[in-house]
Amino acid sequence: MQHDSAGYWKATLGLIRNVLIVWFVVSYGFGILLAPALNSIHIGGYPLGFWFAQQGSMYVFVALIFIYAKLMGNIDKKFDVHED
Amino acid sequence: MSLQATTYLFVGLSFALYIGIAVWARAGSTKEFYAAGGNVHPVMNGMATGADWMSAASFISMAGLISNMGYGGALFLMGWTGGYVLLAMLLAPYLRKFGKFTVPQFFGTRYYSKGASTVAVFCLLAASLTYIIGQMTGVGVAFSRFLGVSNSTGIYIGMAIVFCYAVFGGMKGITYTQVAQYCVLILAYTVPAIFISLQLTGNPIPQLGLGSDMVGSSVSLLHKLDLISTDLGFAQYTTHIRISMLNTFVYTVSLMIGTAGLPHVIMRFFTVPSVKDARSSAGWALVFIAILYTTAPAVAAMARMNLLKTVNPTIMTNGDVFAPDAQIEHAKRPDWMTRWEVTGLLKFKDLNGDGRIQYYNDKNTDPAFQAKVAAAGWKGSELSVNQDIIVLANPEIALLPNWVIALVAAGGLAAALSTAAGLLLAISSAISHDLLKEKFMPDLTEKGELMAGKISMAVAIVVAGLLGLHPPGFAAGTVAIAFGLAASSIFPALMMGIFSKTMNKHGAIAGMIAGIGVTMFYVFAHKGIFFIKGTDFVSHLGGANFFFGIEPNAFGAIGAVVNFAVAFAVKNMTEPVPADIAAMVEAVRIPRGSKVVDGTH
Repeated sequence: MQHDSAGYWKATLGLIRNVLIVWFVVSYGFGILLAPALNSIHIGGYPLGFWFAQQGSMYVFVALIFIYAKLMGNIDKKFDVHED
Repeated sequence: MSLQATTYLFVGLSFALYIGIAVWARAGSTKEFYAAGGNVHPVMNGMATGADWMSAASFISMAGLISNMGYGGALFLMGWTGGYVLLAMLLAPYLRKFGKFTVPQFFGTRYYSKGASTVAVFCLLAASLTYIIGQMTGVGVAFSRFLGVSNSTGIYIGMAIVFCYAVFGGMKGITYTQVAQYCVLILAYTVPAIFISLQLTGNPIPQLGLGSDMVGSSVSLLHKLDLISTDLGFAQYTTHIRISMLNTFVYTVSLMIGTAGLPHVIMRFFTVPSVKDARSSAGWALVFIAILYTTAPAVAAMARMNLLKTVNPTIMTNGDVFAPDAQIEHAKRPDWMTRWEVTGLLKFKDLNGDGRIQYYNDKNTDPAFQAKVAAAGWKGSELSVNQDIIVLANPEIALLPNWVIALVAAGGLAAALSTAAGLLLAISSAISHDLLKEKFMPDLTEKGELMAGKISMAVAIVVAGLLGLHPPGFAAGTVAIAFGLAASSIFPALMMGIFSKTMNKHGAIAGMIAGIGVTMFYVFAHKGIFFIKGTDFVSHLGGANFFFGIEPNAFGAIGAVVNFAVAFAVKNMTEPVPADIAAMVEAVRIPRGSKVVDGTH
């Protein structure tokens, strides 16, 4: 059976793009570029920009990988290219 | 039991454990030596990757750097974790599907040329060797303190131990020892952090303690730290960045893509059974890594607080830090300071002869601050603390029991040894398999190849140890250069190999050479040719950090951009990629049909 490899690759790249956007916004965006502005907001004793840079971005990274792995598994099944 | 005896006991027990596991899981074949047989569970693999990953730089050096850099230290935290997202999505599943042992094998096949694989071997060796220098620095620091010997002797002892156990184990032994090492190192890191967090904030979870109020007050720890840092002329802890925001940004990029390009990390994803497992294994690795990396900022801030508090006890009662009796007398300094003075990593020099320790930022040029310093009769900061000791000294500073201090010793050594072993494996397989077997001596027997791998490990240990005696910076700084080299050479070429069907061998080779060349040029300009002091030539090029103020440790990101640009330019000028290679790239993108990793290609 011929797989729709173009469609599969398009779906894969779309997922990677979305994950990368979140990855970039959280780390480079909130953690670096916007950190000075976010620091005026506090959660607990943390200035928010500092929190994203030294804690928050890492929690998001972990979540992103598992979300990616799950969604990628779904794409594999949808295009019938998953491992046996 | 005395501290020294407890330390020997803990370090000895942990070593016995690793050696026991290494003997139990001895490698019998090249397949076991390089890829641990190819059936390691993703969670197990994640733990081993965590130990492999968390080196002396992470364990010993990073919190010290963050402690000094404040907010700006986040570039290490985000840089060394964010790369796993790239790894999980962009590289690990495709390289696993590709089904080769080593990174140069991928290059040789994908770019249909022994030349590409040879260039990759040299890039890999440059990055891994630089990385090991950083490990050896860390090993030296750890041994010198815990055995009470000089830094150089510490490095020699470390060389001997790394040699014994990396050489005999191979990947199979290393994978299971690393699981044990992860457990030791994570306990060693988090136990003192929990105690210290409890002492300072009453919250047992350091990640939350960092954002909590100080015990017995309604001022948050971070806010208090900002206040006392500025009182002593230092920058505000939660906002301070070094050099510039651009530099912070580029540095983070460099560490992230370097993480995804470092061969000893990539290799770990060849040891899982399937493409699906390769994806989630990166997630498990990051879970185990993040436990340490989210604790580190708490360790950093709390260590800084404790250090400033020890030297200037009045800061806790909002007293005047400049008062004549505010600072601690050197004669009454705590035991931990005495112990670290022996190693030379903590130094006191009584510049104004009053017998008290003045520790402040004597580089601060603010006139109001200078006036206060002059009025107090201070003649310069009298305490110098090597950043690398912050984590190791941390439990002592907080007056924790001896067994915790001994545990940290075992953990620091576990971290340094596990990473050194992983790196040595990457180096030895590059030399014995990719260089000798594939290129120069194709009729090498399996036994001969194993022997060549062990000899190259031994040579690498000696070279790294000798360079580690004269390191070009703190452990984490040296390691950052290794990431820059990987970022500028291996990562872009891997990416283009998977995501571009049209990238040909000329483009890939030219890109790697240009990327690593530019990065090495910039690093050598600042740190000397091959890090040899006195051979730096930055003065001829427009002063330090001449390229938009970007420091050499961060330059890998620029090298990567150069790599991509050169690769695409050269590709467009040379003949297109053969049809069978394009078809192979197509096949690599589909998970189905992944098989056991095959090394005898």
